[in-house]
Amino acid sequence: MKNLIEVKNIKKNYGKKEAVKGISFNVEEDEILGLLGPNGSGKTTTIGMLLGLLKPTSGQIFIDNLKLEENRIEILEMINFISPYIELPKKLTVKQNLYVYSKLYKVKNIKERIEYLSEKLRIGELLNSITGELSSGQKNRVSLAKALVNEPKVLLLDEPTASLDPEVGDFVRTFLEDYKKEKKISILLASHNMNEVTRLCKSVLMMKNGEIIDQGQPEDLITKHGRTNLEEVFLKLSRSKSEFN
Amino acid sequence: MSLTRIYGLFLRHFYLITRSFPRILDLVYWPSIQITLWGFISNFFATHTTYYNNAVGVILTCAILYDFLFRTSIGFNMLFLEEIWSRNFTNLFIAPMRIGEILTSLVITALIRSLIGLVPAILLTSPLFGISILDLGIFLFFLFLSLYIFGITLGILVSSGLLRFGPSFENIAWSTMFLLAPFGCIYYPIETLPEIFQKIAYVLPLVYIFEEARNILINQTVNIENVYYAFMWNTFYFSVSIALFYYSFNAAKNKGTLINMGE
Repeated sequence: MKNLIEVKNIKKNYGKKEAVKGISFNVEEDEILGLLGPNGSGKTTTIGMLLGLLKPTSGQIFIDNLKLEENRIEILEMINFISPYIELPKKLTVKQNLYVYSKLYKVKNIKERIEYLSEKLRIGELLNSITGELSSGQKNRVSLAKALVNEPKVLLLDEPTASLDPEVGDFVRTFLEDYKKEKKISILLASHNMNEVTRLCKSVLMMKNGEIIDQGQPEDLITKHGRTNLEEVFLKLSRSKSEFN
Repeated sequence: MSLTRIYGLFLRHFYLITRSFPRILDLVYWPSIQITLWGFISNFFATHTTYYNNAVGVILTCAILYDFLFRTSIGFNMLFLEEIWSRNFTNLFIAPMRIGEILTSLVITALIRSLIGLVPAILLTSPLFGISILDLGIFLFFLFLSLYIFGITLGILVSSGLLRFGPSFENIAWSTMFLLAPFGCIYYPIETLPEIFQKIAYVLPLVYIFEEARNILINQTVNIENVYYAFMWNTFYFSVSIALFYYSFNAAKNKGTLINMGE
């Protein structure tokens, strides 16, 4: 399997503050990698650098063997992102939003693509609704449709099921599992929901204070740290001081 | 009534004001700008009562021209601010768009927005006041083009500030036009300004545009030099604004403003 994401020793400093301290990792094709860590551990900064929204202080990022620094547009064409902290224009209908973003990503066969995503994500009945009037669960599925409109090879997910009820959360997780299997895409998933991470991710990275403090398959980490589930491992690593700092 | 709660709510707004320099600036300069602008207008009319043969025509024409400039600039800023308010900013900047594509799209949209406002205003002045801005003739096109370029330039400059400093720069977006109004000599000749203000006015394209509009309407002659200087300064400021936008985009990528915008 080839690596679709390659991160090589990236650092990000804000003045004297080191937000990310030289981390490296890869995400293979057809893999979901979990990015875990307490608030302020550097997850969002890492995702920001992968999206080209933040310039690393040093280090290199490659997406599908292309260097991000030199191929920003080509890379942005093949990746996408979803986060509960960003939204689509509220006053546009769902269909208008999907159409606009299809244009921005130069999608061919826009009508077919929107129809496909509408069916897969069960948003067909919402297409003519005003986006700002949708419920959280509906908005989440519409945002996911926008994130898949360009058939990305790499999908970056920042807490994709935060604030969703269990039924919608389960629907989104099942969808992501199936979509990844079907399209062989790479997904980097930042989440605080440990059950979600255990279910979806082949392996996880644990970040703290801008560093990767542990990594491996969820079940291996649980065994290694002598805990019964990933949440306990997360708590142990988050609260540890001398061991990793 | 609880004084503690009243004080608590007062503090909520007080902290907001004291933590943001643009907000303090906003409070200070509105009265100053209004007094300065209307002071010059009053001063001019008090001493030059016979300057305008057709005062209503000249003032209304200049008001329409200024409104076009105002709407172009604010329109451009609004397009940018809309993305921040709707929390769509990140989506836009992770789409595979070049900066040039974003700017071109905003420039075209701002023109359409301005024309939607301009056309009814022009049509209204004729039946209501018996005045037609079309009296400016073919040079009207050049004056509008100059104003459009300068309006877009101001819009790009403010958007650069929004990129670099984030939403706290929003207040500046609303006030740039008013800050420049006294120097633009919209309703009075440049001689009305004190000498130091005249020096500032001469390095802005506005003074040449409004001087020429008055020249055509009052003297029925065309001074091509005014049109030339307006375009020269426009070219300069437009180039500066584009360079600054690129600089701000890169600075925002270093500082992290792009990822936190709208939060």
